[in-house]
Amino acid sequence: MKLPPFEYACPATLDEAIALLASRDGDAKAISGGQSLMPILAFRLASPSLLVDLKKLKGLDQIKIDASGITLGAKVSWRQIEDDKRLATAHPLLQEMISHVAHYQIRNRGTVGGSIAHADPAAEMPGFSVTCDAKIVVKGSSGERIIPAGEFFEGPLMTVLEADELITEIRLPPWPAARRWGMLEFARRRGDFAMGGVAVFYDLDAQGRAVDAHVGVIGAGSIPHRVPGAEAAINGTTVDETAILAAAKAAAAGVEPLTDIHASAAYRRNLISVLLERALRAAVAR
Amino acid sequence: MPTSKHRAVFEVNGKAVDIEVESRTTLSDCLRHQLRLTGTHVGCEHGVCGACTIIIDGAAVRSCLTLAVQADGSQITTVEGISFDEGLTPLQTAFRKHHALQCGFCTPGMLMTAHALLTENPDVDEEGIRHVLSGNICRCTGYIPIIQAVLEARAAYKKPENA
Repeated sequence: MKLPPFEYACPATLDEAIALLASRDGDAKAISGGQSLMPILAFRLASPSLLVDLKKLKGLDQIKIDASGITLGAKVSWRQIEDDKRLATAHPLLQEMISHVAHYQIRNRGTVGGSIAHADPAAEMPGFSVTCDAKIVVKGSSGERIIPAGEFFEGPLMTVLEADELITEIRLPPWPAARRWGMLEFARRRGDFAMGGVAVFYDLDAQGRAVDAHVGVIGAGSIPHRVPGAEAAINGTTVDETAILAAAKAAAAGVEPLTDIHASAAYRRNLISVLLERALRAAVAR
Repeated sequence: MPTSKHRAVFEVNGKAVDIEVESRTTLSDCLRHQLRLTGTHVGCEHGVCGACTIIIDGAAVRSCLTLAVQADGSQITTVEGISFDEGLTPLQTAFRKHHALQCGFCTPGMLMTAHALLTENPDVDEEGIRHVLSGNICRCTGYIPIIQAVLEARAAYKKPENA
């Protein structure tokens, strides 16, 4: 469909953008790449009275890597992550996960901040941020907040972001070089929204046992989330076949997927279990 | 409902454009209706089919997922702009040779996507081509001839070794 009518503003500074968002009492929306918002407008799922374009805001499109971790500016595009050679070692899981995001043309315009603000439960970036304990930095009329990703998502397309708040940065903890990880998702067409996806990583202690396992799922409920039962099944083990099968079983029990036109809840539950099993085998072999 | 009008100044296929656009007009509709460049096709209008792919500042994008007003200050290439005369480009010739189109509706998007890809990476392999073209839907060909055409067109995008 054609888009509903709205006004458009293209402020030059972050403060102006926040003031514009605040001026409409929840009826204004920020747009950057627009790769999530434009379809929402085309479906007329939203009819904001004002779009605030972030195009002119400076300094939000940088990927910074140092000893304290990785910082992604909210306007960093999928393509920038894909092309940044430092990330192959600085955060291989990020590059792998991002390789599943949408298609070539969308990857050129879509941004990490936009995907997190949009909060599709099947999208990679929200799931990645939850799995990796990311901190989401937001700025609004009342100042800056730093929100753990695990507390950011409230439901499908719903977040704790206030109407006058903008995401400015996503901060990731550093990634140890020896970390074991795996990530798999299943979609009918590569780049489409996943019917289910799993990311897993853990470190090995001096005895070769897994510690600090993180298991995150997408497309398996109303928000992306970690699966503590599966993590517990991995921690303290050598991630042998018994542990892998136990984790896969725990993953099936630890998700509440929904039935929709693409797949039944039972199918998705089994999918998550199988994907975790395979992702763990990949992690062991890495 | 409120709306607003904006001046947008950009370049399309090397020609300067200075127009007034309504805030909600997509770039695809602006190209087709205001600039009468109907080579850019509009399929799904929500970013799934890839028919409306154009190139903005060197990057292939979906013109239905871009507002016309957001194009202000950019350089745009549409399917009308990839050949410099009445003849076909090597990419278009390869499409004809391999029967990479039947009804032709998806073809402008396929051409622009392949043109952007081969300009960036003329050495891309078949898997890379398949990965990128997965964002463009064709309901006629079954894709195989399109992939063959793009594979063959790679040679025309390679820089001469001694250049």
